[in-house]
Amino acid sequence: MYSEKVMEHFRNPRNVGEIDKADGVGEVGNPVCGDMMTFYVKIDNGILTDVKFKTFGCGAAIAVSSMVSEMAKGKTVDEAMKISNADVAKELGGLPPNKLHCSNLGADALHKAIEDYLARKNEGEKEGCRCPYCDEPVAPPGVPCVPCNVKIRYCPACGKPLPKDSEECPECSGHDAAGREAAHQ
Amino acid sequence: MLTFLNEDFGSPSSMHRFGTRPRAALDDARTQVAALINSRPDDIVFTASASESNNLAIKGFALAHRDKGMHIVASATEHVSVLEALKSLCVLGLEYDLVPVEPDGTVHPDKLAAAIKTETVLVSVMHANYEVGTIQNIKELAALARRYRVPFHSDGTAAVGRIPVDVADLGVDAYTFPAMSVYGPKGAAALYLKRGTRIQSLIEGGFQEKNRRAGTEDVAAIAGFGAAAAVTKAKLPEWSATMTKLAQRIFKELPGKLDHVLFTGPVPPETGPESAKDSVASRAKRIPGHVSVVVEFVEGEAMLLFLDDGGIAAASGSSCSAKTLKASHVLLAMGLPHTKAQSSLVLTMGKDTTDADVTLFLEKLPPIAARLREISPLYAKFKKGEDPYAVKPGETCEDEHQAEHE
Repeated sequence: MYSEKVMEHFRNPRNVGEIDKADGVGEVGNPVCGDMMTFYVKIDNGILTDVKFKTFGCGAAIAVSSMVSEMAKGKTVDEAMKISNADVAKELGGLPPNKLHCSNLGADALHKAIEDYLARKNEGEKEGCRCPYCDEPVAPPGVPCVPCNVKIRYCPACGKPLPKDSEECPECSGHDAAGREAAHQ
Repeated sequence: MLTFLNEDFGSPSSMHRFGTRPRAALDDARTQVAALINSRPDDIVFTASASESNNLAIKGFALAHRDKGMHIVASATEHVSVLEALKSLCVLGLEYDLVPVEPDGTVHPDKLAAAIKTETVLVSVMHANYEVGTIQNIKELAALARRYRVPFHSDGTAAVGRIPVDVADLGVDAYTFPAMSVYGPKGAAALYLKRGTRIQSLIEGGFQEKNRRAGTEDVAAIAGFGAAAAVTKAKLPEWSATMTKLAQRIFKELPGKLDHVLFTGPVPPETGPESAKDSVASRAKRIPGHVSVVVEFVEGEAMLLFLDDGGIAAASGSSCSAKTLKASHVLLAMGLPHTKAQSSLVLTMGKDTTDADVTLFLEKLPPIAARLREISPLYAKFKKGEDPYAVKPGETCEDEHQAEHE
């Protein structure tokens, strides 16, 4: 029923597992369908340096997950986004017609994980999780920015980071939601 | 059997000499097959498969009794050949009701009685379920239908060859069973029709099978069916005792070797061990040599593939293992959530299954389950204390799969 390549990936799936503090996580499928896939990606400088997955599903679903993880590893974000279900099925030496949807799921889960990474990155830029002085990502509020070693000061009223040499918050002008002026620490 | 593919190639309907032996073989087989279920030979109609027998019963009764009404009652766990036959009759105006089953898979007589109407022309309840092993109390259900003067059909595919069947004692009007149930060849099956039963033939244009199924009979397959039926009749008590014992071992030993398993169908209360405590303890009977079990957090087809690698041929009710990509309607009708139906495994033991085979299975399954659980996001969720079976509102995949098929 399955090609040798599918069976080989099913029997010895590559990259099984979870990535601690993954840059992006993508989950597709649901218990009703019978297939669930979760992909984890680690992305450094736009390259997928690590890809891992967990899959609940048939032989095809497991083989597809394994193949997708192998295909995506080392690729740029753009390249990985271009991996299509047809590519995956082709690499596996074909899938039975009624199992083609499994290859959709694999590519979808990978793309979802990358989209999650992009959204987080975007969110990070918006929410000020980056150092306002050197634009590198920073740890939670109150911790000095490691790359530029400046202690980031936050507006006591709205919590947003303050510009480097200013006491005035450009977001709220130092007033909280009720319009009261907050005391500077 | 082979002689009817070589030397004795004639048609049983022919008047010339080449028809003589095939005709005699057909008569012999009819007698042997009838003896297996204690019917008269004339009451046996040979067909090509149990699916055909079920179609003939459902459609044949519906079409022959249109003067009375167009309503059929069946159980929710019938084989698809019954369910699809019912659906296809809807274009002719047939209405049908599916009686829900209890958690152990049995049909409650009160629920069956509630579904019968004055227009009901047939009640169809399978004798035993192939997926969960439940044996229905056909004698009671058929008697109930008789009180309402409604004929009763039963699909005995999973019962014949495993338990003794006596159609006279059961009180059924029609009964389906294939040669495969008695280790006979594929391509032959029977529909028992009680004397005097009115039925519309579905294949017309010949007098074979007393006008109930036109077309030259597959003499070779039917001769094999007859021989297999005769052997089965003689050996059944011995076989069924062995099969029962083997299945019992799995019920008793598997939960000690693998956690988070749930037996489906009726599980005798005394064999419901702690780790399989969610199983439905029931006094309803199971067919010998049949075990159905949900191995949580692991998908069925993946288990089948690894079991096959280990030399064990099993089946599953998961949507992935089904060509339809739908989870087993039987398990869903018994109240199992989709997620658990995806993790089902069906094991049948036959006359040649040995104690060593069962030992092999008990050895092979736990590491397979452990390996697949390692990959499973459901198991990861469970380990983190989250609900692995949480289904978000509106989650379904009907559309997706239908789109794939179009």
